[in-house]
Amino acid sequence: MSNVTGKSHPELAADFNKDEPRVDWHDETLWWVRAKRDIAAHKLPEWELLRETASQIKHNVLSNLYTYLQQFEANAQKNGVVVHWAADAAEHNQIVHKLLSDKGINRMVKSKSMLTEECHLNEYLKEHGIDVIDSDLGERIVQLAGEPPSHIVLPCIHKKKEEIGDIFHEHLGSAKGESDPKILTETARQHLREVFLTRRAALTGVNFAVAETGEFVICTNEGNADMGAHLAEIHIASMGFEKIIPERKHLGVFLRLLTRSATGQPITTYSSHFKKPQEGREIHIVIVDNGRSIQLGREDFRNSLKCIRCGACMNTCPVYRKSGGHSYHTAIAGPIGSILAPNLDMKKYADLPFASTLCGSCSNVCPVKINIHEQLYAWRQVIVKEGYSPASKTAAMKAMAFTLSSPVLYRSAGKMGRVVFKYAPFAVNNKLNPWYKHREMPKAPEQSFGEWYSKRKEGQN
Amino acid sequence: MSREKILAAIKANQPEKTDLPDLDILNALTATEGSLVQQYTTIASAGGSFVYEVADFEAIKSILQKEFKPGVKIISGIKELKDYTFAEDVAHELAHSFADVELAILPSYLGVAENGALWLTETQMNVRVLPFISQHLAVVINRNDLMPTMAQAYDKIGNADYGYGAFISGPSKTADIEQSLVIGAHGPRSLSVFILT
Ligand code: SF4
Repeated sequence: MSNVTGKSHPELAADFNKDEPRVDWHDETLWWVRAKRDIAAHKLPEWELLRETASQIKHNVLSNLYTYLQQFEANAQKNGVVVHWAADAAEHNQIVHKLLSDKGINRMVKSKSMLTEECHLNEYLKEHGIDVIDSDLGERIVQLAGEPPSHIVLPCIHKKKEEIGDIFHEHLGSAKGESDPKILTETARQHLREVFLTRRAALTGVNFAVAETGEFVICTNEGNADMGAHLAEIHIASMGFEKIIPERKHLGVFLRLLTRSATGQPITTYSSHFKKPQEGREIHIVIVDNGRSIQLGREDFRNSLKCIRCGACMNTCPVYRKSGGHSYHTAIAGPIGSILAPNLDMKKYADLPFASTLCGSCSNVCPVKINIHEQLYAWRQVIVKEGYSPASKTAAMKAMAFTLSSPVLYRSAGKMGRVVFKYAPFAVNNKLNPWYKHREMPKAPEQSFGEWYSKRKEGQN
Repeated sequence: MSREKILAAIKANQPEKTDLPDLDILNALTATEGSLVQQYTTIASAGGSFVYEVADFEAIKSILQKEFKPGVKIISGIKELKDYTFAEDVAHELAHSFADVELAILPSYLGVAENGALWLTETQMNVRVLPFISQHLAVVINRNDLMPTMAQAYDKIGNADYGYGAFISGPSKTADIEQSLVIGAHGPRSLSVFILT
């Protein structure tokens, strides 16, 4: 969802941080998921080779997309699937809308698709009188709450069960005060079963699309994509063009990596391979660009298109865990989202590459070995050069550039800094210093490097 | 046309061609030793499945009789289990008419020890929605059809033609509410796997 508040990441993170116990809980929950990922990964001695292989396959894909996409299209068409191409979000939404309105359909069930979040499909369809119900439990919860998902794999990770209980009480008629996850899940099951059985159209995302066979694969634990798609007359699958993989056997590599990285499970409950429509039914695939071809041309950032949306980089990120997914004000939060978003709108998302400590934990867990933290660093340079630096950074950086450019000032700034740290910490820790808020200030050393160096030299003499 | 525009942009922007990696070394590393049945059972049970090693179809019948009351709607895709409605006989019915199925029993010819997954195509499902819409699911597989990892599984699938196929590794589940695992999200509330030994 777009940033309706107009606030930047630091401001939104500050809002999230007002409730400290909740921040701790959010932090710990995600770290627990990260720990499960580690256990799963360590069980496979070949894990690193698996990652390297996946990364190489994806590299081959990026270098050969022009051919693979056409191969995929031709094979899908042979299978009886209709293929559409959308240059941007608007075209994607129009295609989906037309498919529905041509059949006189005004209600649709949808399984998880971050692409439709990116395109704001739900809002668009609503404006055109089409009701969309998200069927993934987490997505249904945030949809009822009127919020976007805060995590690509765990959409309502920011919500407490009591809050979910209140939402269900209001919208689905569960008992007041009920917060048992089992009972709430059963409530959603009954509600959504009725939805699955009455919707003529289902939209799903795509995890992998195989050029060699024209089939596409969707992974869920709940079975909601299948319930929707198999009961509907028309199944629309939306995919970013980077979802292509060359051959069916490559699915083995990616399916082994995806959920181990995401939640620590060895595989999702369902990995569904859609190749041909059922008799008398339709499958449509919408292949979406929406800025991806531009990212493909940016040498420093094209690797971000290898992403398989496992969410591992978010679970491990110290900034994400403590600032919450909504603080990124873009459909895909966290480290990878902070690389993807500036490609779409450098000015609007100029703050995001700065929402990182550059610790590199994201790159270490990424199953397709994207150099995430290096790309975040590279974006900072581009953003500064293009003059889009977030306001909070600019003043401090100007001062810093000025100080660094003058040896005399640099030396005295160091000395002064130590004095200020030691005797007047409040002067550093105040709202006027934009750097303090984003950084743990180090303890001031007893002597500055310059002083130490000259004393050392004196000693030698 | 957007198609041409997108493809042209991709052609102009894609990097210099790199080769696909060789999967042989990786796949050789993944071929595990030890009992596949045991490995399958451990992993599938951890994922919430009930795994039974059985000698024959009679054994399956007696387990099912204990678990399911007479009178509930049970559909079987296995001809040896013909006390129940035979799936082929009802395959032409509207998908929605299976909404009241209590148990579906289907065969699988490919299981994966490393993750508990069972491969079923439309042919074994009879109706695509059947293994999803049933309140409970049972799958029967021969012990010789278990493979160590997904690498060998896709080797076995090869270039088979199917309209639809799925790896199913357990009952439908979710952990979306505060990460607490709940079995029975939208699909089957249980998965029983019968391994014929
Ligand atoms: S960038 Fe890597 S770790 Fe992050 S979601 Fe994508 S694949 Fe997963």
